[in-house]
Amino acid sequence: MRRKAVMTLAVGAVAALALVGCTTDPTVTGPGASTTPATTGAAAESSTAPSTPSTEWFDQAVYDEQFAQRSVTPEGPADKPYLQHINAEMVSTAKYKSTGAKKACFANASISNPWRQTGWITMNEQLKELQKSGAISEMETRDAKDSDDTQIADIDYFINEGECDVFIISPNSTAAMTPAVERACKTDKPVIVFDRGVQTDCPVTFIHPIGGFAWGIDTAEFLNDNLQSGDKVVALRILPGVDVLEQRWAAAEKLFKESGVEAVDYFTGADPVEIKKIISDELAKGEVKGIWMDAGDGAVAAIEAFEDAGKALPVMTGEDELSFLRKWKDTGITALGPVYSNFQWRTPLLAAADIFAGKDVPKEWVLPQSPITSADLDSYLTANDGMPDGHYAKFGGEDLPGYPQIWQKRVIP
Amino acid sequence: MNVIRTLLSPRGAVFLLLAGLLIAVTVISPSFAEPGQLIRFIQRVAPIAIVAIGQYFVIVGGEFDLSMGSLITAQVVIAGNLIGQDAGRIFPVLALMLVLGVLVGLVNGLLVTLLKVPSFIVTLGMMLALLGGVMYWTGGAATGNPVDSFRQLGRGGIRGVPVIEILPYSVLVMAAVLAAAIWLTRTSFGRTVIALGDNPRAVRYAGARSWWVTTSTFVISALTATISGILLVGYAGVHPKVGQGYEFIAITAVVLGGVVLGGGRGWVVAAMAGAFALEALFTLLNFAEVPSTLRDGIQGVIIIAAVAYSASPLGGAKRKAAPPAPPQTSPPDGKEPVAPAHLGS
Repeated sequence: MRRKAVMTLAVGAVAALALVGCTTDPTVTGPGASTTPATTGAAAESSTAPSTPSTEWFDQAVYDEQFAQRSVTPEGPADKPYLQHINAEMVSTAKYKSTGAKKACFANASISNPWRQTGWITMNEQLKELQKSGAISEMETRDAKDSDDTQIADIDYFINEGECDVFIISPNSTAAMTPAVERACKTDKPVIVFDRGVQTDCPVTFIHPIGGFAWGIDTAEFLNDNLQSGDKVVALRILPGVDVLEQRWAAAEKLFKESGVEAVDYFTGADPVEIKKIISDELAKGEVKGIWMDAGDGAVAAIEAFEDAGKALPVMTGEDELSFLRKWKDTGITALGPVYSNFQWRTPLLAAADIFAGKDVPKEWVLPQSPITSADLDSYLTANDGMPDGHYAKFGGEDLPGYPQIWQKRVIP
Repeated sequence: MNVIRTLLSPRGAVFLLLAGLLIAVTVISPSFAEPGQLIRFIQRVAPIAIVAIGQYFVIVGGEFDLSMGSLITAQVVIAGNLIGQDAGRIFPVLALMLVLGVLVGLVNGLLVTLLKVPSFIVTLGMMLALLGGVMYWTGGAATGNPVDSFRQLGRGGIRGVPVIEILPYSVLVMAAVLAAAIWLTRTSFGRTVIALGDNPRAVRYAGARSWWVTTSTFVISALTATISGILLVGYAGVHPKVGQGYEFIAITAVVLGGVVLGGGRGWVVAAMAGAFALEALFTLLNFAEVPSTLRDGIQGVIIIAAVAYSASPLGGAKRKAAPPAPPQTSPPDGKEPVAPAHLGS
């Protein structure tokens, strides 16, 4: 009987190792690929090696650039962060100058998470404003539901339809969407890309907050400042393979290593049940001093795991999601709320209006991205009173007419 | 000798797997075996164990329930949005949740039995409908957690208990559900469910109201999902992700417990043990510091290996050397997708 059980386990182990080779291969890109499967396999055996090889996501030049951009004072109106820009190289849009209300065509990656939903609501309120002022006649939107194929078809549909005056594209993924964006550019209509990028500079403007490395730097520096070498940090990550999320972790992991803070990472799918189990297991194993998150969704469950285990609450970085900000206030923990500026959802339509007005716009429109600190926590909580837990504090729609009811009721168009 | 045989049979293999996983976890982290830690482990398995028990009744009766996860999500969001911070609303909302649970089960069951739509399709549709309803209602983000007193059920427990420190309420709820389930399997209803999974035609000839028995299994399953949702909203809080994938976890747990897909054979306690084994596996991967990218893969492989073992001829089939050949000549009964599956059992 024992032999059979042992054999079953052996079969499982062999199959597991076989799977290692399969699962890592497709995700590995660039140099160093050949060594990766071997190292991950070894890690499974010895269970001591660091997890996910994040080197493939780490880009020193981009890291340095974002590191510097964090301390640049942005140009533009101080009370309108969604119109500010950092280190911008302005380009002329005179050739697109034209009068009358224009039709915008929006190829959206998805509205499958609270961050995108909040932004989508804000974008539609901005649309109403521009319709009133006569800049935009209508916006036709196609939702790719997180699928590259669908989004390519969506963009081609817009091109073939031939009725779009401006293309607004929020790419589902970087490499796969590049050819479709290039086809849109060839129509000689202005193309605006925001959030995730593409590998071509043909769009008139590419709008995004500073980026994932800046997030990783802000958060890891905060934890490093408040913890000591040898302290344990649990890193809660949503899912692997998404560049904006991987870059956050790549930067943080680098800084943790440099400071000697011991960080272990998990994928949670943003499910609070998973998060709570993970933290409970870690607390059962030993002391946890810090929590790092690549997105704040589910942050409350992490804090509750400490409460239920009767352990001292951690130093923590979450996001500007209200559930986290409220729990932060209630518990008085040492925390930081990094942002992936949600107000960027306002900028593309405003950029379209600028382009048709013939105003210069930044070629790369880098929006400010400054974390919420304990100093301004209260003001953000007050400003967002009555908003649902999944709302993002830096949504930037306070001066739009639907504020605050539209966001409070979370009416998704 | 008999014990060894039972342990090696599909019915018993899950207990062997569970014991092996628990020992492995304890070796890596000895504190896991402390009573206080162990009871916390049972607390967090409780919601999964409860849905596994519900799914057991549906599967052993020859059907599937894929709508459990979405129903949990719906119940969690209902609790968060309707109870809110008002403790006075706990009981009316709780009643509403139970009514919704029964309703979902009835609709699933009646569509399967009266309209003869395969349960796979019916409950898949229900899963999407419930998920879509939640999305529409909440705009993807629930208002917030319900009042803390309501959440105590999943989060808290009786404090000051000797040895284990705290006896979580969810452990008590799970014990009650298990007791009810064992009692049910021993009633004539329970036997009819198994007979239905084995040979629906014979059951109908025997004069049983098979449509009502099958419908009842869906109601049981929906009620366990509701109970699980109540515990989960306490344990983790409100989030549209809570409950997602639970239908597959429940099915995996049941199959791991040696219950035959297609119905007709299985033990409810083993199904629950399957849920414990799955969670123990998850814990083992956490404790062993397996790289995060590898976890799902290893989990999948171990599950496949275990299920393959349960289904292999090494296990039970040898003992039940020559099961009476199922009536292969009997005409289809309107549920072909399910019927062929148990021909080999």
